[in-house]
Amino acid sequence: MTAQFPTSNTVSYDIPGQCDVVVVGAGPAGLAAASLAAKAGLSVLLLDENAGPGGQVYRAITASPLAAGSVLGPDYWSGAQLAQEMLASSAHYVPGATVWALNADKVLNLSVAGRAYEVKAGQVILATGALERPMPIPGWTLPGVMTAGGAQTLLKTSGLVPKGRTVLAGCGPLLWLLAAQYLEAGGQLTAILDTTPKANWRAALPALPGFLASPYALKGLALLRKVKAKVKIIKDVTALEAMGTDSVRAVTYTTASGATGRFEVDLLLLHQGVTPNVNLANAAGIPLVWDEAQACFRPDVGPDGASPVAGIFVAGDGAGIGGALGAAERGRLAALAAIAALKPSSPVLGEAPQVRAALARALRGRAFLDRLYRPSDAFRRPAPDTIVCRCEEVTARQITDAANLGCSGPNQLKSFLRTGMGPCQGRMCGLTVSELLADARGVSPAEIGYYRLRAPVKPITVAELASLPQDDSAMKSVERG
Amino acid sequence: MFRRLPEAQGESIPFTVDGVPQLARAGDSVAAALLAAGIDHCRTTPVTGAPRGPYCMMGVCFDCLVVVDGVGNRQGCLVKVTEGMRVETQRGKREIGR
Repeated sequence: MTAQFPTSNTVSYDIPGQCDVVVVGAGPAGLAAASLAAKAGLSVLLLDENAGPGGQVYRAITASPLAAGSVLGPDYWSGAQLAQEMLASSAHYVPGATVWALNADKVLNLSVAGRAYEVKAGQVILATGALERPMPIPGWTLPGVMTAGGAQTLLKTSGLVPKGRTVLAGCGPLLWLLAAQYLEAGGQLTAILDTTPKANWRAALPALPGFLASPYALKGLALLRKVKAKVKIIKDVTALEAMGTDSVRAVTYTTASGATGRFEVDLLLLHQGVTPNVNLANAAGIPLVWDEAQACFRPDVGPDGASPVAGIFVAGDGAGIGGALGAAERGRLAALAAIAALKPSSPVLGEAPQVRAALARALRGRAFLDRLYRPSDAFRRPAPDTIVCRCEEVTARQITDAANLGCSGPNQLKSFLRTGMGPCQGRMCGLTVSELLADARGVSPAEIGYYRLRAPVKPITVAELASLPQDDSAMKSVERG
Repeated sequence: MFRRLPEAQGESIPFTVDGVPQLARAGDSVAAALLAAGIDHCRTTPVTGAPRGPYCMMGVCFDCLVVVDGVGNRQGCLVKVTEGMRVETQRGKREIGR
């Protein structure tokens, strides 16, 4: 296949009907993949739901109102290079584009500004990134309770920092990074409620040497010291509850020693790590596998992102959590595999060894982070009265009751309780539902499985569907699934 | 609940929330502009009528659904504020015809 449209580095809604490589997601993996495939002379279409490139980790990297090099730290600003490379490449970049379907024939459906389009790809690279792992505690649906990642997005895109009494609760590197960024910006935090289970250290210690050799170690330790010197830290928190009626008013906690406490709050930020955003990959027919080390489901792909569906790759954190630096290299590996399929003589393929070496460096220390920051069972399988499915307002008790009535898994649970059938399509409840059902039935999450996800992976209107061309291909894209 | 850093002040964009005039910063999403204006409720749920506000800010939780210029079920975190935009709290599910 050859290029079907003139190359352009300008933002455009001029969606080509076909192209060599379609990349979904403009975070580190998608940016690196698109740039490299374009460098090999392939026609590349990069589709992304956000207003600008960067994904979540480098959100608003070309449009942040914050001064370059300030508050957000050098790791954030380093993402500008990936964005600039992509913008300077021949890749055709479409922001504000929501991909809602992909089939095994590598036909994608997407919507831009309320109109649907169809694109036939030679190869597809899914770089849909990560989501914050659900952190279902009583009261987590109250206004004023947000994810730490969501609050960080407000900082990156709009220069917003908390005002009033603010508590961060949970575990994982992002929690500490956000605290450090707020302090750097002159913000104040009431407390950090650290839910990292003490017992995790035993499992993590053997992986410590690998972490110390990683690019994250020194920076991470310095950041922890800085935050701990300035913020009240409550360690070994084993239970949390957000209190309030119309908005969050307080957070209560219990620690491993049985101590309890309460903070009045205006804002409660929750975080317990990130997990792959699997909806589009699974809807395209890529099976999901349970990753015990990361306690999540991920698409079943090989080291270069190749999936069982020929010509569809998954790269970056969407294929399993490896961090931003690793994501860029995994994007490049997937691009190299796509280039090898379409243009086996490309000299770009000679870059493979250095990409693999860079990936190995970037992934050093991951095992340590996975083990240390694995959330406790209690924060993954919440107390009975806790809402698990935010869309349909279904509690943990209802889910375990359904299991006790004989419900066999997440897909049957949809018929019982509508879990996963609201607009978020299981993104907020899927892991919790699978783990609760597995626990109630005494089997592993691997055995119980995950929701079978289907197109459209984001809600669309009938009017959008009707805006597709009325031909056989379009009919098929609507019928399948 | 949020304040804007002095270095991030920029061009002000007038818009309304349930008819009340507010100011956003150029580039703000609707959800960010609501939070910056001190508004943490943006919808009530279709199931129990419970209040919700922006939660994930990345287009996956659907808790920031609002009515934008008469069109319901818009994800506030994925829509940029434009001058004169009419944002309304969404009560329950999207109404037919808007």
